[in-house]
Order: sequence, then structure tokens, then C-alpha cells
Amino acid sequence: MGRVFKFHTDVDTDQIIASQYLLFPTIDEMKGHAFESLDTSFASSVQPGDYVVAEENFGCGSSREQAPAVLKALGVKAVLAKSFARIFYRNAINIGLPVIVCKDLPDHVTGGEEMELDMSEGVVKLGDTEYVCTKLPAYMQKILDQGGLIASLDNGEV
Amino acid sequence: MGQTIVEKIISRNTGKNVRPGDIVTADVSRVMLDDIMMPFIVSKFREMGFQKVWDPEKVVIICDHLVPASQVDDVRAYKISNDFAREQNIPNLHTSDGICHQLMTEAGYVKPGDVVFGTDSHTTTYGCVGAFSTGIGYTEMAAILGTGQLWMRVPATIRVRITGKLPENVMSKDVILRIIGDLTAAGATYKALEFCGDTVENMSVSSRMTMSNMAIEAGAKCALFAPDEKTAAYCGIELTEEVRSLAADPDAVYDSVLEYRAEDLVPVMACPSQVDSIRPVSELIGTKIDQVFLGSCTNGRLEDLQAAAAVLKGKKVAPFVKLIVTPASRKIWQEAAKDGILGILSDAGAIITHPGCGLCCGRTGGILTDGETVIATNNRNFLGRMGTSKVKIFLASPVSAAKCAAAGEIVL
Repeated sequence: MGRVFKFHTDVDTDQIIASQYLLFPTIDEMKGHAFESLDTSFASSVQPGDYVVAEENFGCGSSREQAPAVLKALGVKAVLAKSFARIFYRNAINIGLPVIVCKDLPDHVTGGEEMELDMSEGVVKLGDTEYVCTKLPAYMQKILDQGGLIASLDNGEV
Repeated sequence: MGQTIVEKIISRNTGKNVRPGDIVTADVSRVMLDDIMMPFIVSKFREMGFQKVWDPEKVVIICDHLVPASQVDDVRAYKISNDFAREQNIPNLHTSDGICHQLMTEAGYVKPGDVVFGTDSHTTTYGCVGAFSTGIGYTEMAAILGTGQLWMRVPATIRVRITGKLPENVMSKDVILRIIGDLTAAGATYKALEFCGDTVENMSVSSRMTMSNMAIEAGAKCALFAPDEKTAAYCGIELTEEVRSLAADPDAVYDSVLEYRAEDLVPVMACPSQVDSIRPVSELIGTKIDQVFLGSCTNGRLEDLQAAAAVLKGKKVAPFVKLIVTPASRKIWQEAAKDGILGILSDAGAIITHPGCGLCCGRTGGILTDGETVIATNNRNFLGRMGTSKVKIFLASPVSAAKCAAAGEIVL
């Protein structure tokens, strides 16, 4: 089980990690500033295994891969949204952060709920209710299963 | 069945007759790597075990977000860029010549029909010369450096047709802002935009660049104009049949079509803090401002500076207001100096900075604080983009921005 952190529509990558932190030498040094402009307590309260849930167009804006990278480094298990911006989506898969399109779930959470995601089945359990998510295209699922693009290149799988 | 521009470019690149939804592996014509991502690109390149970039001539490294350094960490990015260029014999390294997207077209790195990737989302800009170009992350860039290839899905195309003559004071910035407002910030996600009609045919390549640049704000993967005489002159190439035939076929199939009459368009602004929160300037009149930013890869070109100078000639920037002018490249800076444009802007009270990303990336060049309002000609008004999260950013055309600078408030 993981806790839900809920965000709105059109969350952009500047909001996920602002440009003034992009040149910190490592992702670990950046991660404490994730979502700083929206929720100053996010980075200190999120626990490994928690979920980010958002409305439409999550991760719009810049191509900064640091955005999915800080969420992964904080232990976010998956990001579930009604839709994603394409560069963020690709970057997340490439670094092994699951990004799941789920049309119904965001309407039924406000943050703080406990839920569980069964990635292989593409199903979220929230209390007694199950929400079905869209499965990734096979090509991308393969990259994700390997732990990202580098791991899959190493395995000669892509 | 006919093809759209993006389908033609990808078909030529891959040797396959592609359709939207096809997943293909493209041979990359050119890549753009910017300073702020260089430490991460190089680190991933090494982690992947690559020794040599696939073709040093096709790699362009541009320092722009961090020039000149405002924080000591910035210098580390320069050093990594310089060392990597030396180690890999990469001839195309720009340490202080201007903004990456301006240089990629201005310096002739991109030609019609090319397939180009860059580690910046505004890489969509090169569609202004009929190239497929889009932004990617640093891990994928490292993979291209090692292999020269990248997989991609062929996008469906939204056609945007604009016909007629634009009213006075309506610039291509107003046109693209209106389109983004209508599409919304996610309306073109995964799709290509294709602009056509006599209004865009009559636009300069610089004006088209503004529109391709901002297409990402509607989520678009790329944003294309058919190459014509102006494109050929700008790129210094001949308009051969091969180049001309990149134009869409009459029976090409579109995801959807948007139609605009130029005469109906008015000056608009994107209001804080969403790029698709578009309102006519006439509804915003009287809003007090603290600063105006004229610059960026969206609107830092010579025609933009000329338009602002025409408004501000013989006038002064309003009391308590700062006007910051950041030409997009050294070449533009020099031409504007020679033409007397920088003189006019300076006489009006402008602060004229070195070319580069400046305030648009929010690290330097005029950052603001809580409660302040800025009228800016760049592409994003995101929360916290230019200082604190309580700064109000309105995106506008150079003409609108210059008028506001003189008035100290939003005016038409």
C-alpha cells in the first residue's frame, strides 16, 4: 500500500523541479525541491512506495529528465494521471519510473488515501473499488520491465 | 493516399511509406545539446559504455541557458561541454553566441527534410524551415550520440490554415497564442501541427519560427511549414523539386483542421500561469506592471527588436518599470546595433543584455519577486518560471510588450 499525493491538471516540469536546481550535481541533491512551488512539504513527507496522482497533461513543458528522475529518487512507485505530456512520458519510461494512464482514478482521490497498484494487471485497488488503467505499449513495457533504457541496452533487449 | 509534411520527412528518412501510429527507427540528421543538460548527457553516455559519438559533425553543443555564469555550478557545465567537444572532436561548439534554437537555424545546422533532436522542448522550432525536430531527455540523447538513431512514433497531423491579412499590431506571436488557447495546453499532444494559408506564406521565416517554437505549449511533437523561396533563401540552399515536394499532398489525411481568418485576429496575452489562458489585450487594459522582457528563442529576433523600437522611438520606459532586452544571438545583437535599434531602445531606458536565454529560464537576467508583474515575449508563464511562484507572467508579442513598457500598465 502507498499513500496518494494528488495534483491538478497541466502540472508542468518547472513545478516538478524548478530550473534553479537543475544543475545541482546529483539528482539526490535536487530531490528535496520536488514540487516546491506547489507543496513545500511534499519532498519531506513522501515515502518510498507512495503514488503521485494527477489530472490531465502531467509533466508538460520542458524536456528536463530531472523531473521524472527526482520523483523516482524520492521512491514514488508510479505516477497515475488521466494523460501525460509526451516528453515527460518518454523520459519516465526511459529511467524506469512507471507512468500509468488512468482515466477514472483521479476523480476519486483528493490526496492522503492509501491505494495499491498491480502493475502487471494494470489495476488500482482503492478501498473496495478497483480502477482499470491503460496498459503500456509492449515496446515501452519492455523498457520499463528492464528498469529503463540503459538496463535494456545492456541486456540487448531493445 | 497522400501524405502530410511530417509523414513525408519520416518516409524519406526511413525509406518506408509511413502512416501515423507506425513506430520507426530514424537516422538522425543533427542533434542539439544545451549546456544545462551536458553534465547529465555525458554521464549517461559513459554509463552506457559508449566511447565515440557516431558522427562528430552532426553534434552541436550550445551554451546558452547558463551564459554568462550566475552560479558557480554553471561553470562546471561549461567545463564538461568544452572537455567533451575536445575529446570527441566535435567542431560545432558555441560558448556564447546566443540561444540554441536561434543558432541551429541561423548558423545553417538544420535544412528542410532533416530529422533533428535536441535536449530542450522548444526544439520544435526548426519546423519553421520544414525540418522534423523535437525535444528529448538526456538519456535518449546519450543513446543517439552512441548510435545515431532513435525510435519514434509517426504523429498524426493537425492542419492549421490561416488566410488573409493580419491587422496592424497583430504579430505571429498573437496568432500562435490564439491557436494554443483554442487547442489547450494538451490539445496537440503526440501530434504534429502543420501551418498553411496565405497569411503564413507571407510571413518571414523569423515570424514562422515564433509559431513552431511555441507549438510545444499545446503539447505538439513538431510544427511544420512547407519550405518555400523564403526558406531556401534563409537556409542558403536552392529550392529544388526535392525540397519543394516536402509540401503536403492535396489528398493528405489530417487528424483535424483548424481555420482562421487573419482579419479576425487581435493582440492577445497568455495570462498567469497557464500558456493556454489566452485573453484579448483589450480585456486586460490597466493592469499595472513592474517589468517587461523582450527576448528569447520565441521573440528575440531582429524583426522583434525592430517592432519594439518602432513603438519606443522618442519615448521613455514608464517610471519604476524595467525593460530588459535580450537579443537571441550575437548576430542579431550586432545587426540591431548597426541599424540603430539598440540605440533607440537604450535611449528609451532599456537594459540591453548579452544574447542568451536570460530571464526566460529564470536563473538570471531580471528575476522577480512576490507580487510583481512582468510582460514577457517568451514562451512560458509557468508558476515560478521567473523568480518566486507569486510573480505574475503575461506572455505577449514584442509590439504589445513595448507599448506596455512605455505605459507602465497593459495597454492596447
